[in-house]
Amino acid sequence: MAVGRVTFSKAEREKLAEVLWLLNWISVVTGVILFSLGLFLKVEIQKWAEVMSEYGTFYVPHMLITTGLAACCINYLGGQICLDCADTNKFLRWKLVMMPYIICTFFFTSCVLAGALMCYSIRSQLEESLFLGLRNAMRYYKDTDTPGRCYLKRTVDMLQIQFQCCGNTGYRDWFQIQWISSRYLDMTNSAVVDRLRSNVEGKYLMDGVPFSCCSTFSPRPCIQQHLNNRTARLHYDQESQQQNLWRRGCRQALLDHYTGIMESIGLTVLLIWLFELLVLTGVRYLQTAMENVLLLGDPDLESYGWILENSLAEMARSNFNIIKNLGKCYQVDDDPNINVPTAAAEHEVPSQATRIQCSS
Amino acid sequence: MAVLRVKFTKTKRDKLAQVLWILNWISVVTGAILFSLGLFLKVEINKRGELMAERDIQYVPNMLIAVGLIACAINFLGGKICYDCVDTTKFLRWKLIMLPYIICTFFFTFCVLVGALMCYSMHGELEESLNLGLTEAMRFYKDTDTPGRCFLKRTVDLLQIHFQCCGNNGYRDWFQIQWISNRYLDMSQKEVVDRLRSNVEGKYLMDGVPFSCCNTNSPRPCIQQQITNNSAHFSYEHQTEELNLWMKGCRQALLEYYIHMMQSIGLAVLITWLFELSVLTGVRYLQTSLENVLRQGDPNSESDGWLLENSFMETARINLNIIKSLGKNNQIDTSNNGDPNINVPSTSKAHYGPDNVPPKQITEDI
Repeated sequence: MAVGRVTFSKAEREKLAEVLWLLNWISVVTGVILFSLGLFLKVEIQKWAEVMSEYGTFYVPHMLITTGLAACCINYLGGQICLDCADTNKFLRWKLVMMPYIICTFFFTSCVLAGALMCYSIRSQLEESLFLGLRNAMRYYKDTDTPGRCYLKRTVDMLQIQFQCCGNTGYRDWFQIQWISSRYLDMTNSAVVDRLRSNVEGKYLMDGVPFSCCSTFSPRPCIQQHLNNRTARLHYDQESQQQNLWRRGCRQALLDHYTGIMESIGLTVLLIWLFELLVLTGVRYLQTAMENVLLLGDPDLESYGWILENSLAEMARSNFNIIKNLGKCYQVDDDPNINVPTAAAEHEVPSQATRIQCSS
Repeated sequence: MAVLRVKFTKTKRDKLAQVLWILNWISVVTGAILFSLGLFLKVEINKRGELMAERDIQYVPNMLIAVGLIACAINFLGGKICYDCVDTTKFLRWKLIMLPYIICTFFFTFCVLVGALMCYSMHGELEESLNLGLTEAMRFYKDTDTPGRCFLKRTVDLLQIHFQCCGNNGYRDWFQIQWISNRYLDMSQKEVVDRLRSNVEGKYLMDGVPFSCCNTNSPRPCIQQQITNNSAHFSYEHQTEELNLWMKGCRQALLEYYIHMMQSIGLAVLITWLFELSVLTGVRYLQTSLENVLRQGDPNSESDGWLLENSFMETARINLNIIKSLGKNNQIDTSNNGDPNINVPSTSKAHYGPDNVPPKQITEDI
């Protein structure tokens, strides 16, 4: 019992071939779109790669780029095939290639689906990567004289200004690290020395934040120092505090930014996957219809097209048997070329004797 | 003696008409580009409208928008005309319109050139507008509780961050205005009161700048307060320190931004002007050659095309005479033989024959 059997007249087959040719070319365009989405994502991740730890977040854009290129090639080939399938003579050229092509494309569409699902599943890995990356970036904020880390201050400042965020989880993260380098601390000042001594690790910690944490929405000039001291300033009430600095943590801000991008990309890839599946189904119908026409002999007749010749269970069983037989090829069982002495050989001799008697 | 006379065979005329049709359609596209450039410039100027004083700088984008729209219309009509000019019978439809069309387009290309030159000449007006606007904006920086000015603080901060600039001419401009509002000043503190008293106008001035002046390229945390006091900070010399704050003034930064934009737009408009001029020349040649063909009678013969029938001086003199005659139309001319319909009693002696005796008046006595 064939799965999804549909009858195709000659005109219908030709129409199907034309439509599939067009759809394959549209799929080439969607393949290019996939490629460019992957490229865009790579560029976006590259922009802030300094605040991400080395956690292999690049495999998603690389997957999208390779899938896009493969989609272009596969659909270009599919377009060529479908153009030729309108004519039964030209179809003979592709007859042997078509089945492998369909199987390849089927596995390829599963890659596209995997790519789409990856876009949605990367969130937790990204969060961890950002957490570690931002922590390190803030720790090395002061090391503007160390080669390899001298641009981290600028990167963190630009990040906090552009994404309107402060610190890893919030502005209090800055209270726990020393973000002012020792070479700008006046060691002759007793206040500075006291503060250094009072810390276990000898770090200069203070309740202050860098200028890039300042909110542009605040109605009053930015308060960056003595943030825990309510009485240090006039009217430094709850509302002033809320508006003074950026409230969001940079990890959350970057996570939201990238999740937004990847959700849109994932949705687009899912739509492309559905489209590819549709095209594949059409190509399968075209292939089976053309093969049946060739079996019938007359190219003008109606023929059947299907997705699977037998039911799914039957197919699975026959494929399994094929695989089993492939495995048995090397076993010395039933090979007729091996001389196995059997009881049947004794019957041979009397017949030979009878023949000799006749000839003499 | 015609100016730049060129011979045109029939095939050449047809080819010229076709090429001009395509060029006219390309000109429609360039007109649309001109329109969008004007729109873009208008949007960019309006974006920072809060920082510019009321000066007449909107005329440049408005001019570009108008010129772009007119270019689209004129070249669309030109395309239609050139399309019909392949056939001499269809040309007759447009024969009377073509010369006025060419004259109009000639004056229009003048407008395009004026538009291009305006883009380059706006420098002075813009600088003055920005100077006044920025001074006002900085003065009202602290007035975040006054309706109408409450967003100036945010605008100035975003400007300084985005354009990497500080103050009007430099960061010292902030030392001369009070940018911290009185409601955030603790009047119970002695230093605050002293500082207020020491100023003639009672303003709280300090050698500090807002946070948006901080340079992100600085290797040390930003120094915003007591900038001129070297001893207030460790290992700091404000005379040589260039990386701490943005050194450029915002007027200069904005001016450079807009000048660069307008130079690019001006260049595009100049190229459009040259293109329009070449299309106009082609249309003039097409018109003169088709008219000459009609005069000769045979549409398949060769004809001459030119830019001007006579030399420049001749054409100028003829046109001047035409304008003079137009002006004279309404005057009553009595000196020479004027209008024969007017009964002018002449004072000169009539000649009544050799003996000069007037004829007797024949009266009825019977």
